[in-house]
Amino acid sequence: MKRLFKGGRVVDPANGRDGLFDVLIDGDRIVRVAKDIPPDGAHVVDVPAGFVVVPGLFDMHVHLREPGQEHKETVATGTASAVVGGFTAVACMPNTTPINDNAGVTEYILQKAAQAGLARVYPIGAVSKGSNGDQLADIAELRAAGCVGVSDDGRPVKTALLMRRALEYTAMFNMPVLEHCEDPSLKGEGVAHEGYHASTLGLRGIPGVAESIMAQRDIALAELTGGAVHICHMSAMESLRAVREGKGHGARVTCEVAPHHFTMTDEALASPVSYDTNVKMNPPLRAAADRDEMLKGIADGSVDCIATDHAPHHYDEKKVEFDVAPFGIVGLETCVPICFDRLVHPGLITLSRLIELLSVNPSRILNVASGALSDGAVADITILVPDLQVTVDPARFKSKSRNTPFGGWQLKGGVAATIVGGRTVYMNDAAAGAGRFK
Amino acid sequence: MTTRQVEAPPISALRHKDLLGISDLTADEILLILDTAEAMREIGDRPIKKVPALRGKTVVNLFFEASTRTRTSFEIAEKRLSADTLNIAATASSVVKGETLVDTALNLEAMAPDMIVLRHAASGACHLLSRICRAGIINAGDGMHEHPTQALLDAFTIREHKKSIAGLKVAIIGDLLHSRVLRSNVQLLTKLGADVWVSGPPTLMPAGIERQGVRKTTSVDEAVEGADVVMLLRLQIERMQGMFFPSLREYFTVFGMTRERLKLAKHDVIIMHPGPMNRGVEIDSEVADGPYSVILEQVSNGVSVRMAVLYLLAGGAEHETAV
Amino acid sequence: MPIIMDADRMGRTLMRIAHEIIERNRGVDGLAIVGIRTRGVFIARRLAKALQQIASEPVPTGALDITLYRDDLMRHAVGPQPVVRRTEIPFSIDDQKVVLVDDVLYTGRTIRAALDALIDFGRPKEIQLTVLIDRGHRELPIKADYVGKNVPTSLKESVHVRLIETDGTDEISVDNVPEEKS
Ligand SMILES: [Zn+2]
Repeated sequence: MKRLFKGGRVVDPANGRDGLFDVLIDGDRIVRVAKDIPPDGAHVVDVPAGFVVVPGLFDMHVHLREPGQEHKETVATGTASAVVGGFTAVACMPNTTPINDNAGVTEYILQKAAQAGLARVYPIGAVSKGSNGDQLADIAELRAAGCVGVSDDGRPVKTALLMRRALEYTAMFNMPVLEHCEDPSLKGEGVAHEGYHASTLGLRGIPGVAESIMAQRDIALAELTGGAVHICHMSAMESLRAVREGKGHGARVTCEVAPHHFTMTDEALASPVSYDTNVKMNPPLRAAADRDEMLKGIADGSVDCIATDHAPHHYDEKKVEFDVAPFGIVGLETCVPICFDRLVHPGLITLSRLIELLSVNPSRILNVASGALSDGAVADITILVPDLQVTVDPARFKSKSRNTPFGGWQLKGGVAATIVGGRTVYMNDAAAGAGRFK
Repeated sequence: MTTRQVEAPPISALRHKDLLGISDLTADEILLILDTAEAMREIGDRPIKKVPALRGKTVVNLFFEASTRTRTSFEIAEKRLSADTLNIAATASSVVKGETLVDTALNLEAMAPDMIVLRHAASGACHLLSRICRAGIINAGDGMHEHPTQALLDAFTIREHKKSIAGLKVAIIGDLLHSRVLRSNVQLLTKLGADVWVSGPPTLMPAGIERQGVRKTTSVDEAVEGADVVMLLRLQIERMQGMFFPSLREYFTVFGMTRERLKLAKHDVIIMHPGPMNRGVEIDSEVADGPYSVILEQVSNGVSVRMAVLYLLAGGAEHETAV
Repeated sequence: MPIIMDADRMGRTLMRIAHEIIERNRGVDGLAIVGIRTRGVFIARRLAKALQQIASEPVPTGALDITLYRDDLMRHAVGPQPVVRRTEIPFSIDDQKVVLVDDVLYTGRTIRAALDALIDFGRPKEIQLTVLIDRGHRELPIKADYVGKNVPTSLKESVHVRLIETDGTDEISVDNVPEEKS
């Protein structure tokens, strides 16, 4: 069955497009993107003025919690959350129970994803067996089973030596090592950014350098080995400086920033609610200078992607002392509104640049054939509404968890529909009118 | 009832349900507590050391960290006000069975206490409880955050010796990083206009402390010079992990309060310590037992200050009254 | 606002009461004066001065704050607490004849609280009550031993006692309360 999306603004940076185009899809493929395509028997979908057709968004850092922590999230609920957020694909971190360090777990996750039939799921395998940092996991096996990268996320790759080996080894598959940068001794028992607010509240601090020192190690090793390292959820200005430097030297380093790190600061520890465990994440919300530097990096191109670090936790787990609460917040359903509201509408970046950050670059870094509306490509498409007024209501999240500090935020920009493999898996009837993108 | 001829007291009250920290109090509120504590102190000198003010009120002392000193002080204060008291120590409660703080508090709520005095190892534990409990929460020390009644009794003690706190030079020396007493005292003393200096090893200096309106120096001599009050903080040896300074001996040499060092202070300086002291580490015995030491007064003033806090909070937050 | 007692009258009234006290107690031996905060304290001090003038002997004088004994203290679920002031009774009241002093006797509840408070200080031989004004409307079985002036009032009226020490002038008036507060 053919569908013709007519008259929408198409923003497709990989093909250098930003203008009014028609998009013809047939089954799960894009047939053609061009001006004034004749219907020729295709079902015509009129894209309303102001709506934007873009290549499917790809969140390359999420925690789906399955297997093992299904009370927080499952592959089904996580991918349901993803498509509501406009994501046609996610890459899920291996810190499940058991750890995704073998083909069995990878296949289990992929099977669950196929059953859910929503967003595409690209598993990230572990760098080391059990993510213990001692012995490399069977990376070729993970690769063959469907993993697109490796990471010991939740913790850093334990030693410089192991990181060196991982970078050397993954290079033969052209697969990146995704690194959670953190020096464990500098982090210590820290729960918040080291600074005035943590200090006043009596919370143990984590300095920005705890992150950057590990980023520097990894970038140096990427240079040494020729392997590709990707710095996950970057938060500290010192890390960004290291990334810029590394890129300058030609090291294969890329990086991502999460929406909370370019919007919020450690001030949120104290107000509006002090000790709100929904602002506890790792890396922590940092100082205003760090936040501003992340924005600068997003604007000047030194930041490659925006990824949410979607980290669902059960209500009970967060309703505890700040010290005891687990790190992390959910992010899939708030990412697009925040990006529009804080990046595009203020003029910091163009919509085209946003699509690079949310689609083109994640695809390129993980070597996944997506991120472009090319003729013959798989029809993973997101339709955005830049002017949609959105009030974040955690009670309506599709995610199993509600741990977000963004509840009640009023933002401009949203998602109208999410199309995966030619199939509309999410429609925002409130934005587009019931059934429009069916 | 307006025509009563009992002198209508000037309406000057704590408009809070809880005492979570000095950071929530204004200077006037602090002074009200201190003035009320003055009035409460006399009750301890009576043959019958008890007034019926909190008769019928239930106060739970919920202590997740052992502290005989603070717990006893609160208990005496509660009993002097005729409250019914209930002591729950962490080891005796179901906490050991894996019950969370929230569970424990909700179970307590079922007993309808009017106030909960909480001591807990996690900063912000009192904030958490205040969000889920109807009872008023009094912070008896939460992690490294605050210990407001300690700061109030310190201020009470200083006022007794120095009349006013405004303009005094107060030097606070020791393990600043881990000290909730420091955080409460910095809040209180700066609100009342003292010139606060903090000193200690740079490894134990909290980030951004200077933004709280204090001056920091690693030179104890500089901090003590001309000081009206020298407050020593307990070196929390159990939290030191061996990484903050080389040895206790070296600590004493560089930061310990000796008679010699004290000569730099004003001639009528007073020495304070929240206790329990590590003699020969942060304080020389000669100083601790010396003429300027008010350490024992601090202990007895604790009861008056806690009576004042209990009494004033028992009125509850005014915003909860019908509008 | 009708003045029911001016400065001159107040002075003479206190002197008269002082004489009555000495007459009834046959001197000032074993006598102690305790005023109820706030205005009772100043009246007590004036009375003590008068007693000393007559008997040429000092009479121990104290101040009692009854706030913590009030029976309406915790009656309201929430609301600001009345201010507590210092009680100062720097002498033993055991086996003393204590003359309790207040400005106005009304419901009797203040005196009830004061009696409870006094008993916590020891076991006086006797407690006598002095008030400048008795305006009636008792809610408890309490009666004054020495009364400056009986003033029949309605519940809508309020009695205002002003003293030099607190208000800059000696004067007592009866005023209509404009409206009942809840
Ligand atoms: Zn991570």
